[in-house]
Amino acid sequence: MTEYETATGAARSNPEVSAATGTVLVNEDVIEARDVVRSFGATPALRGASLRVRRGEILAIMGPSGSGKSTLLHCLAGILTPDSGEIWFAGKRLDSLGETQRSRLRRDRFGFVFQFGQLVPELTAAENVALPLLLNGTRRIHALAEASFWFDRLDLDGLQGRRSGELSGGQAQRVALARGLVAQPEVLFADEPTGSLDSLTGEHVMSLLTATARAEGTTVILVTHEARVAAYADREVMVRDGRVSYGADDRSAA
Amino acid sequence: MSVPLTLLGLLDREPSHGYDLKRDYDAYFGRGKPIPFGQVYATLSRLARDGMATMGEAEPGGGPDRKRYAITPAGRHEVETWLAAPVAPEPHLQTVLFAKVVLALMLGRPAEDYLDSQRRSHLQRMRELTELKQAGGLVDVLLADHGLFHLEADLRWIDTTAARLDALAQEINSTTAERAAGGAR
Repeated sequence: MTEYETATGAARSNPEVSAATGTVLVNEDVIEARDVVRSFGATPALRGASLRVRRGEILAIMGPSGSGKSTLLHCLAGILTPDSGEIWFAGKRLDSLGETQRSRLRRDRFGFVFQFGQLVPELTAAENVALPLLLNGTRRIHALAEASFWFDRLDLDGLQGRRSGELSGGQAQRVALARGLVAQPEVLFADEPTGSLDSLTGEHVMSLLTATARAEGTTVILVTHEARVAAYADREVMVRDGRVSYGADDRSAA
Repeated sequence: MSVPLTLLGLLDREPSHGYDLKRDYDAYFGRGKPIPFGQVYATLSRLARDGMATMGEAEPGGGPDRKRYAITPAGRHEVETWLAAPVAPEPHLQTVLFAKVVLALMLGRPAEDYLDSQRRSHLQRMRELTELKQAGGLVDVLLADHGLFHLEADLRWIDTTAARLDALAQEINSTTAERAAGGAR
């Protein structure tokens, strides 16, 4: 066990409740970026970004366009690997794992919601939601039954048989949210989840997303440039010029 | 918020006692800052004096709150005019925050840190209002939204200003330098 693992392990089972939101926070870092540098060709996106996220926390990563906030999210989720620096998840290095292991980790322990739902157009809404379970090897009948539960929970009843072209933007995004949550991930990564929605529909999605995550104890890492969306989170960090300019290790707001 | 016109507007629904007006004012417009009874009765007396409302005879039971007030046609016209007039869209340029940013740049202080701390306090308030929306009824939602949109507008200004700080510092400092040079001549 590394020194880091010992430190995070010792801090476990010390929950506290966020005064602002009622979220139960376990005093344990679930994910951490340490001095992460990542470039695309000659263009630097991250120049030494550090960040710690507690288990059960809903964190908003904010920042102007091109600040590196989405790159940071992709590094934290193991979609991208840093050029230098480290990513830790649940006490283990994530960035040094091979692509196959990272892919399995993403499938088994992470959930994702993107700006444009990115549903598979050939599949029905129910099959889209069941997809992470089917990929995990769950039997189809069980996967669809589990998906059906999420349709009820996210106000989507009656839409199970529709394909993505037959859903409104808000419905499609809620289906994407159901897909992100169906396998009960430890961390849900959401990149501008309301970016393609009007303000009221976006609020509905955010309200469902945060209420469900809090009920399930899911950690949420949310990238947004909208303050009204960030206001659903327990706290925010600000990314500027590839660095976390404030809030990297801030616990006071939560 | 105009207290007299708001009370007059409440009176436009139906003749009411001062107590009823206070209760409804506090519920819809007070927001944690109840209007004192004294202010309600003083306002109603002035409205009666100005011909906007009439004061009925004291009803059995005595005490000032046993009088029923009613709106007059002049009062109703006043309410209608007030409701139809748009609120002056003030630019709010000379806010305290604006003054602080300019002063910080003039004094070579960390304006960006000040903006960051303002942004955090704005977001904290937005979180509280978002909570209120999720816990409250539709009236709370509408009020919280009003606050949220204003805070969001402020935040956009903070972000844009943060992005322009270098240029702003240059402009402020060159103006200061020009004045100094002019004064030295």
